[in-house]
Amino acid sequence: MNAEESNSKATILLMGLRRGGKSSICKVVFHNMQPLDTLYLESTSNPTMEHFSTLIDLAVMELPGQLNYFEPNYDSERLFKSVGALVYVIDSQDEYMNALTNFAIIVEYAYKVNPDINIEVLIHKVDGLSEDFKVETQRDIMQRTGEELLELGLDGVQVSFYLTSIFDHSIYEAFSRIVQKLIPELPFLENMLDNLVQHSKIEKCFLFDINSKIYVSTDSSPVDIVTYETCAEFVDVTIDLHDLYKIQSDADEMGPQREVKSVSALNNGVVIYLRQMIRGLALVALIRPDDTDVESCLTVVDYNVDIFKRGLEQVWAHARIMPAEVEGNKT
Amino acid sequence: MSSNNRKKLLLMGRSGSGKSSMRSIIFSNYSAFDTRRLGATIDVEHSHLRFLGNMTLNLWDCGGQDVFMENYFSQQKDHIFQMVQVLIHVFDVESQEVIKDIEIFTKALNQLKKYSPDAKIFVLLHKMDLVQRDKRQELFQIMMSKLQETSAAYGFPSLVGFPTSIWDESLYKAWSQIICSLIPNMATYQSNLKKLKSVMNAREIILFERATFLVICSSNTASGELLDPKRFEKISNIMKNFKQSSMKLKSSFKTLVLDNTIFVSELSPNMMCFIVLNKSDSPQELILENIKKVKVHFQ
Repeated sequence: MNAEESNSKATILLMGLRRGGKSSICKVVFHNMQPLDTLYLESTSNPTMEHFSTLIDLAVMELPGQLNYFEPNYDSERLFKSVGALVYVIDSQDEYMNALTNFAIIVEYAYKVNPDINIEVLIHKVDGLSEDFKVETQRDIMQRTGEELLELGLDGVQVSFYLTSIFDHSIYEAFSRIVQKLIPELPFLENMLDNLVQHSKIEKCFLFDINSKIYVSTDSSPVDIVTYETCAEFVDVTIDLHDLYKIQSDADEMGPQREVKSVSALNNGVVIYLRQMIRGLALVALIRPDDTDVESCLTVVDYNVDIFKRGLEQVWAHARIMPAEVEGNKT
Repeated sequence: MSSNNRKKLLLMGRSGSGKSSMRSIIFSNYSAFDTRRLGATIDVEHSHLRFLGNMTLNLWDCGGQDVFMENYFSQQKDHIFQMVQVLIHVFDVESQEVIKDIEIFTKALNQLKKYSPDAKIFVLLHKMDLVQRDKRQELFQIMMSKLQETSAAYGFPSLVGFPTSIWDESLYKAWSQIICSLIPNMATYQSNLKKLKSVMNAREIILFERATFLVICSSNTASGELLDPKRFEKISNIMKNFKQSSMKLKSSFKTLVLDNTIFVSELSPNMMCFIVLNKSDSPQELILENIKKVKVHFQ
């Protein structure tokens, strides 16, 4: 019964050695905590759950790192079965040999219990490393994990590596990629966004979760971290200004909440465009009108985004029915 | 007349009180985080800033170590304290030697009395973020009454003080008011803005300086609306962040339209206006046309 319940929610397990920065990641990504304040976080001693609802419902479970070596017991078997992704945090500024051994043991166990699990490694705290050293560290860690896993006869396991730091946008980017792997509708979304981009002179667009600034999906052109940062910051600007002048009496009045929309033109002709979508999501797009008139370009974008939004609503309506059906087929 | 447009501002205070950090944040687009990299200021660092087109601010950031300080009050005193429009004295609230801080303040006042008696004096109680929230107000009151007493004794009775911190919007508030005290045709701006507000049927219009995003003036009416009292500083902060992120796209931003109720647009090469409308159903073209027409009056 319990397993079924947790099945409806994709869970991400966040693991790593002690003081690797797991709680800091949770606080910064999901609670908008200032990175410097995370210096004062206490050691986590009990598993903690972080619920996070965007296009899909997610739960991020943080396991304390003190457990000296991972001792599989009955409970952890059920736990790993119900998990969609395993995120292992490695502190890149510390001696990481222990972490790698620990990681290999966890992977061996997780893979045995649940072969479908996504395994992700965050090479964390890279803000203090120089550019050359970052590459060197990543290469070293990748090679050593490969060897460790080979020894355990697990060379087929797919492991993804991300270089992250909480002091810039890399942690958001990594989490975005991780979350995206858990969204079953992702190919549709990407296709829909691609269509939108093609027909509206959009250079790049993201579907953001407003609270966490993780992007749920983007079009298939490569993601440029600078573009991502600008778009994420635009979400902040919009929400902050919007909150400042929110009319209190309006909030009390019932009726459909008006969607937030904001458009900003830059001097080099680029237009940043934000529209609120369903379920706390927002579409942020970078538009290059080139020679055409900005007004008419925006009208076309508005029209297309309307259709996109309706599409999103339909996909979501089906997504809610789907799991029940699958459940029904099984029994 | 031209010499009148050059304003000399002295930025003084003891070593480590955060003078250069302030300057870097307000005028050089540093983020609060970046200021840890700043080293000690050696002697006086001059910066010339154009403000509102025809006004030049000469900011004299005076290094605060005792060696330099002694020098300011002895050999360099006529050089430093001549033709000063504004003295901004910064006090570190965490300072161990409050008596000595005040002593240096009186020394500066003494020189000012001699060389430029018309100077305006501002004091900033800086690093307020290090004081417990419930004690801030009390500490500020005590310090201000002490300083007021001191400055009145030297012939500067109207002392204005602000609690500041680089980690929130209080810094913008303080500097806005300091800079505004230097703008000559303030009344014209104010009345023009009032007229614009009634024409556009706006809830509020705020005028910002473009480069620094300091508030120049606002059309604020006491209509009993419950608006955030700290909104000016917050907007300064938000817009400045946005300006920096638009810099990443190798451009600067021109307009921003939010929900058809908030319009941010340039008004002249030196000013930005921030318009909040009462209702959101008026056509956008009409509003933009209004903004275009009004530009003439704010040149």
